[in-house]
Amino acid sequence: MKFIDEYRDAGAARRYAEAIARATTRPWTIMEVCGGQTHAIIKFGVDDLLPPALTLVHGPGCPVCVTPVEMLDKAIEIASRPEVIFCSFGDMLRVPGSSRDLLAVKATGGDVRIVYSPLDAVKIARAHPDRQVVFFAVGFETTAPANALAVVQAGRQGLANFSVLVSHVLVPPAMEAILASPGNRVQGFLAAGHVCTVMGTAEYEPIAKRYRVPIVVTGFEPVDILQGLYLCVRQLEEGRAEVENQYARSVRREGNPAAVQLIRRVFRVCPRKWRGIGEIPQSGLTLAEEYAAFDAEHRFGVADRTTEESPDCRSGLVLQGVMKPPECPAFGTRCTPEHPLGATMVSSEGACAAYYRYRRSAQPHEPLPATEP
Amino acid sequence: MEATPDFSLSCPIPIDDYPHVLLAHGGGGTLMHQLIERMFLPAFRNPFLEARHDGAVLAPDGVRLAFTTDAYVVRPLCFPGGDIGSLAVNGTVNDLAMCGARPLYLSAAFILEEGLAMETLWRIVQSMRRAADAAGVQLVTGDTKVVDRGKGDGIFITTAGIGLISHHLTIAPASVRPGDAILLSGDIGRHGIAIMAVREGLEFEARIESDCAPLADLVGSLLRAGLEVHCLRDLTRGGLASALNEIAGAAHLGVSIDEGSIPVREDVRGACEILGFDPLYVANEGRFVCILPTGDAERALRIMRADPLGAGACLIGRVTEDASGLVTMRSRIGVSRVLDMLSGEQLPRIC
Repeated sequence: MKFIDEYRDAGAARRYAEAIARATTRPWTIMEVCGGQTHAIIKFGVDDLLPPALTLVHGPGCPVCVTPVEMLDKAIEIASRPEVIFCSFGDMLRVPGSSRDLLAVKATGGDVRIVYSPLDAVKIARAHPDRQVVFFAVGFETTAPANALAVVQAGRQGLANFSVLVSHVLVPPAMEAILASPGNRVQGFLAAGHVCTVMGTAEYEPIAKRYRVPIVVTGFEPVDILQGLYLCVRQLEEGRAEVENQYARSVRREGNPAAVQLIRRVFRVCPRKWRGIGEIPQSGLTLAEEYAAFDAEHRFGVADRTTEESPDCRSGLVLQGVMKPPECPAFGTRCTPEHPLGATMVSSEGACAAYYRYRRSAQPHEPLPATEP
Repeated sequence: MEATPDFSLSCPIPIDDYPHVLLAHGGGGTLMHQLIERMFLPAFRNPFLEARHDGAVLAPDGVRLAFTTDAYVVRPLCFPGGDIGSLAVNGTVNDLAMCGARPLYLSAAFILEEGLAMETLWRIVQSMRRAADAAGVQLVTGDTKVVDRGKGDGIFITTAGIGLISHHLTIAPASVRPGDAILLSGDIGRHGIAIMAVREGLEFEARIESDCAPLADLVGSLLRAGLEVHCLRDLTRGGLASALNEIAGAAHLGVSIDEGSIPVREDVRGACEILGFDPLYVANEGRFVCILPTGDAERALRIMRADPLGAGACLIGRVTEDASGLVTMRSRIGVSRVLDMLSGEQLPRIC
């Protein structure tokens, strides 16, 4: 498959791993921001190829993982109402709220549906004028344009029975929060390739400058990640702190202007709570004044709900790169993918789930003997 | 056999984690296994169930028979490459084949929803007849029920089957030995993606057809050749990864496979990338793994490749001494990792 196979090539991966080892003369700690990158690193075993001096920490870039418990409780409350068809991306359904998840709502009679695109939820709203259709608009800058488009379309079609429960988050403020925290150990970043495909790379330049950190915009295949790490290590070793673009086959400096314009039209920046981390100023998106009528929080009167998070779950430390998942006392015992305490154990992009699925006592592997093709 | 935790004395309902059945309890992953291990197995415990195989091997009066049953619920009822009728015949035929049996007789029970188009039912019945003819089985008994509109999904079919075993092998996870070769009969993931593509309105350059097919002839060829087959398993719900985990867990041995050796068609890979699915967990209806001594592997591959249903057969890995029952896989970039069973069904990712 073009643009996939060449980035999963064992020879290329080895060559980059060797180049990284040669370039690394001191210990460095690099954070991959995006959950998709975390998943690929653990799934393909990219970190096994790295020199011991290089430490990877897994960032807060999994939209499922950072959606706060109270937002899930709001979703669960809305989805439980008999007049509501609640539409969501698939992996939000298993994320635990404070007492249950959306799958449990579905099992007890709630009309909860998985959609692949927010535009499908608009179609459902048109087909069911007698029902309230709510779309759970979560995610980073990557999913924001399509979610914005759904709101614009619903507005154009005059769909009074459509609304969105918005829990959008933004990457750059989270990176700044990590860099500004007293316990920070991150010295360089692999920035999230798909977020930058939408937003471009310019907004990372002041961060690289202010905090003196290299930021390498990176893709999601093993060779992408190794290439990104190589560029990042070289910057660190040479004392540079620039924004570099490894993922040039998808990312341009200006991003996707049409998508950015759409986001700016439908949403406005707001403070947002992050699960396990707390509130980060100017780190979220909420509906702009013009589209406030589509806000499910107000339509269903749940805007003022707040929920305290489970003290057992250390996902906040994991998301900030302070703790590795297996270091958590609940990991693999009280917290498993069947019974997650926190969302990092739910999503396939969550660091805890990735470690649980791919890293429990893997045995050394003997290569297969050659057979006839 | 591993002792299951003793809960029945103090707990009236053995599964208290979930007060209600979730869809994931039928997804072929760990939740479904909990249901089987904690509720069904203890309630009906006997040596046949304990073998944890696709069917039971019975020997009344010295005649060895395989007996199995399976329920079929699928939406849409008709999909590229098959329909619920051919699925209901082939699925049960394949479960018998995985016991090393020659399938002979099937039963079929139909639960029909009020309002189902008679035309649709006729198409499905005709498809079942063709599938039964192709697999050389007769449908010898059946039942029909109709439920109120809205209480069913058009049609549910349950089939049971009986097959004759005319060899002396014990084909089951318990026969698997360290060092055994693991053969896969061809490319994986087509059935699951064919269904998803119709269900979700995804369109690809070429239509992806289900691999739904009867495997009894191919298995028969392997057995007639006198190969020492240790275990067979068709890859249905939960895909290759779940099947290997089931075998490794039941055999108390490790399984080690090589990702690069597992064939996945380009269009299926593309669809999986779009949906955020791993083809190793996607359903199949015409693929199986065959576990047998390494010395027999080359001959088995030649036999499989001579049959159109096994044309893409290949060696994907080995059984290891590791008593943990873990499946490990060498990734494309050469690093080993655990290949776990999923909790329930794969859920499409956000981005």
